Amino acid sequence: MIGSFQLDTMTAIYSAMLLPMVAMAGNMAFANLPNIRDIFTLIIATLTFGAILIVLSNEGNGITEAVSLFNVFPGIDVAFNVEPLGLLFALIGSGLWIITHIYGIGYMRGNNEKHHARFFGFFCIAISSVIGIAFASNMFTLFLFYEILTISTYPLVAHKGTPEAIRGARIYMSILIGTSIAFQLTAIIWTYVLSGTLDFTQGGILEGKVAGWIVPVLLGLYAFGIGKAALMPFHKWLPAAMVAPTPVSALLHAVAVVKAGVFTMMKVGVYVFGIDFLAQTGASEWLMWLAAYTIIAASVVALFQDNLKKRLAYSTISQLSYITLGMAMATSMGVLGGSMQIAMHAMGKITLFMCAGAIYVKYHKTEVSQMQGLGRAMPITFGAFLIGSLSIIGLPPLGGSWPKFLLMVGAFETDQLILIGVLILSSLLNVAYMLPIVGRAFFLPAPEGTPTKFAEAPFLVWLPPAMTALGTIALFFFAGNILEFLNPLIQK
Amino acid sequence: MAVTAHVAETTARTLADHLPILLVLVPFCTAPLIVLFGSRRLAWPLAFIASLAAFVIAFLLLLTVREGNFVSYTLGGWAPPLGIEYRVDAANAFVLLLISGIGAITLPFAYVSVKDEVRKRDHTLFYAAWMLCLTGLLGMVVTGDAFNVFVFLEISSLSTYVLVAQGAARDRRALTAAYDYLIMGTIGATFFVIGLGMLYMATGTLNLADLADRIADQGANRTVRSGFAFIIVGMGLKVAMFPLHLWLPKAYTFAPSAVSVLLSATATKAAIYVVLRFTFSVYNPNFSFTTNTLEIIFAPLAIIAMFSASFVAVFQTNFKRMLAYSSIAQVGYILLGIAFLSETGLTAAILHIFNHGITKALLFMGAGALVLRTGGSFYTQAAGLGRKMPITCGAFVIGGLSLIGVPGTAGFLSKFLLVQAALEKAADNAMYLAVAVAIVLSSLLSVVYVWRAIEVLFLQEPDPNSTATEAPLMMLIPMWILAAAVIWFGFSTDFLYDTANQAALGLLDGSKGMLPAAILGGAQ
Amino acid sequence: MSQFLNFQFLAGHAHYLLFILLMMTGLFIVVDKTNLVKKIVGLNIFQVSVFMFYVSIGKVNGGTAPIFPMDAKYHVDKEAMIGVAYSNPLPHVLILTAIVVGIATTSLGLALIVRIRESFDTIDEEDILSIELQMTYDDNRKYGDAMGGLS
Repeated sequence: MIGSFQLDTMTAIYSAMLLPMVAMAGNMAFANLPNIRDIFTLIIATLTFGAILIVLSNEGNGITEAVSLFNVFPGIDVAFNVEPLGLLFALIGSGLWIITHIYGIGYMRGNNEKHHARFFGFFCIAISSVIGIAFASNMFTLFLFYEILTISTYPLVAHKGTPEAIRGARIYMSILIGTSIAFQLTAIIWTYVLSGTLDFTQGGILEGKVAGWIVPVLLGLYAFGIGKAALMPFHKWLPAAMVAPTPVSALLHAVAVVKAGVFTMMKVGVYVFGIDFLAQTGASEWLMWLAAYTIIAASVVALFQDNLKKRLAYSTISQLSYITLGMAMATSMGVLGGSMQIAMHAMGKITLFMCAGAIYVKYHKTEVSQMQGLGRAMPITFGAFLIGSLSIIGLPPLGGSWPKFLLMVGAFETDQLILIGVLILSSLLNVAYMLPIVGRAFFLPAPEGTPTKFAEAPFLVWLPPAMTALGTIALFFFAGNILEFLNPLIQK
Repeated sequence: MAVTAHVAETTARTLADHLPILLVLVPFCTAPLIVLFGSRRLAWPLAFIASLAAFVIAFLLLLTVREGNFVSYTLGGWAPPLGIEYRVDAANAFVLLLISGIGAITLPFAYVSVKDEVRKRDHTLFYAAWMLCLTGLLGMVVTGDAFNVFVFLEISSLSTYVLVAQGAARDRRALTAAYDYLIMGTIGATFFVIGLGMLYMATGTLNLADLADRIADQGANRTVRSGFAFIIVGMGLKVAMFPLHLWLPKAYTFAPSAVSVLLSATATKAAIYVVLRFTFSVYNPNFSFTTNTLEIIFAPLAIIAMFSASFVAVFQTNFKRMLAYSSIAQVGYILLGIAFLSETGLTAAILHIFNHGITKALLFMGAGALVLRTGGSFYTQAAGLGRKMPITCGAFVIGGLSLIGVPGTAGFLSKFLLVQAALEKAADNAMYLAVAVAIVLSSLLSVVYVWRAIEVLFLQEPDPNSTATEAPLMMLIPMWILAAAVIWFGFSTDFLYDTANQAALGLLDGSKGMLPAAILGGAQ
Repeated sequence: MSQFLNFQFLAGHAHYLLFILLMMTGLFIVVDKTNLVKKIVGLNIFQVSVFMFYVSIGKVNGGTAPIFPMDAKYHVDKEAMIGVAYSNPLPHVLILTAIVVGIATTSLGLALIVRIRESFDTIDEEDILSIELQMTYDDNRKYGDAMGGLS
């Protein structure tokens, strides 16, 4: 920070959580003054990102002591601390919020959506709870913000108010709330009963407290309870949530919400069970196979989706399971690869979603089959889409290639050669469902009535995906730094 | 006991020593005052002042006893067990606070609601009956004398029948609802008296502490056991313990909204307290028949209630009726917590008594505001009102989330403790794993019924001819005080948890928790 | 069990049997009769049986009325008290309260019946139930399909 102005870490965390709330209040107050409202939110979003950067500069990749905000029960607090994975997640969430907000302004105006203030207001709550999840220092706090995130995104999914949107929102709600209450809450309370604490501790809190059949059962309760990680068979909410306006799909359903899910999964694996404990007991082996199945099955389903956003949704389901897979391998390479995938996939997928939204804003096309020849009219959008796809597929020099590499190393370490086959097959399937979209747009003849001259979406709509597409390239070169940053995760 | 009497005679008593009796006397004397003044304008302020005073007294009492000691007050200086004793410890101070608090906070709400829903000429008598109902509920909880419990129970019940019947101005079915409630309530209360008679036959005393002492001395015999059965069934009717709940949905649906608020939050809770007091303090939990009753009868019935009532609630098309069925299910949670017979379970039950009380009061207030603005509480009438009455509906959503048990709300904490208690039990008996799963699954049903209501309020198209506007401030303030309480107690439970835990410990001590003051050297 | 066949035991507990008989009669009337007034009558019989039960448990063999023998100058005649057994007055006093409660219940019940008759034009439960069923049916037709199912 400039000069002598210094903010301590906790203040920065609290302000990062409160600032989006201020933005929400601003949205309500300036509901009828669109320009002031949107610029106000943009400033706040930048400030929030700044607050996270302060945390980064203060703490680096160290792990801090938990600071309690409330005492709820004896032994259970609402408390926060900083650790590398959470900090990375917070950086991604708040950084992409700025970009998505710019995009959202363009999208909502370009598309004549209604109720802007309500939309951005709930968006802010969602961001605030993402930061809460990122810095939660125990499972209770994490669960608290996890549920707030679910509830605050519900109005966003149902935003259009059409029967279709309501139905989608209902599926969204029932799966996310249902799994979290039925499985995750049970698992959390069970953990508490068994170990007497819920604090995230390096090396896990369950070692020596449980044995035998309880370990895989407990892990199963967590894995299925974290519905946001979209592990099959609880993945249906993600395609259903695609009825939401695209900024929601882009930030929340490619970055914040789903990443909150896999982030929780990672936290549970690393800090509740402990990877060594998982490796010793072999409790996560079944989860590994389930994740592998989800990777392949979701990719196959994606092949047959004509709706672009649905195809991207299934692709997300498949990519999320890489992270679960990394955790379930219970090796340090797996954990690192999975954690890195959180960042890499976020950047790639948000690009793709924003491109899908740009196409919708300009030409109101949602189906892949309708997009023939559009590439000539929207070269920037489809160029960004191509880069994003390549990153998802995992080709160098794009960010997405690193996590796959690390996961393969992890698979070698554990002698799971079949998993290497799964990863390769998945990449091939990615090629099969991603590249034809771009291919159609650039090379197939356009049907009559499609503009062939340059006619891009509004500036505010095409600029953000172009930026994030460049971001995926940049991430390829900074991967080493991220790896180093995440190193404390695997230290004993 | 001689010591108690001695102290009572020699120590000069200040007003603070009279708090237990004042708690009952204040509302009790207000009732005839309201009738004597006979003025419609004075009735409400008098009632409100009395309720506030009762709330302050209950709060002072709770502060005195939350560390684990208790206050014993002898009526007229007649020492127990001959005289009537009022006794406040952590368990009942907690319930007293809930009842008087809800009583005080509901009255501002009732001011508007009653004007709308009750015939004008009945207003004075309505508030008089309201005060009597409060007297009965508070008395039932504060007293340490078994027969006194019955008397206060009947005071509250009789006034409740009157209050429920006042809904007749809007819907004549309120009359039959009140009549049904009267028949069942009287049978329940009479059963309770039979049980007391048997206890008296076996022990020759009616003082609760003395009863506990003598039952512990002589052990179980057939008279004592059958007395227990009568008391539990009689109180079970008042608690709306499944399957004795039949009076509840109709009474809550057709009563004036303000009465639904009061009843849902307090009436069943006071009865649950009596059940707690009798099963744990008077009868020793060490008796096999007590334990068996809890494990073999309470637990399964509670689980059935959780599922069946929640399931029925899902298919309702009327807010008040849906909330009524949900109340039956929530009573199931409380009874299940009691049936665990463990510290965590009892703490959960006592905490849930409080949390569910404020949550349900909030929800019924929301329904009452809808009734005021739309003339009915059917879902279709309230369609899309989230846009026209955002402040009311916002509070309703908070209440709904607490009912589901979403973290950050009061309802979550008690559910958390309840599941924790089940899992603790599971270490010894794997059956309880299934119980934990049942708790969790039944709360999924509550997601469904709450979400249905929320969808109606926010996602349906409002009736274009509807003239509904935001509810008046007199309704919004109590609603948001409760909503803030629901959130506050979702985060900071130090005060509540400690008190509930203390109460649970006292109850689990069994008869020892009821030893006369002189022996324990407790506060006078 | 054999003691139930013992005549002397049965005779000694005859009042309990009568009390149970009366109680069941009352309950039966409450459940069986459809006339609301008759239900209240049944409820009264039921309650009275409990009153009698209470009065009977206060009885002490050979006991007299629990009144202090006093002379005209209000001095307790201690001589007269020796060897005199009294019936237990407490249950009797308690039941006075219960009787008052019973009367209040009865009058409230009857008042409700008057109002029910005014608005339903009948005091027969079956008629009332069919009227209410019709009302519920009407409500459902008017407001019922609000949600369009759960799909």
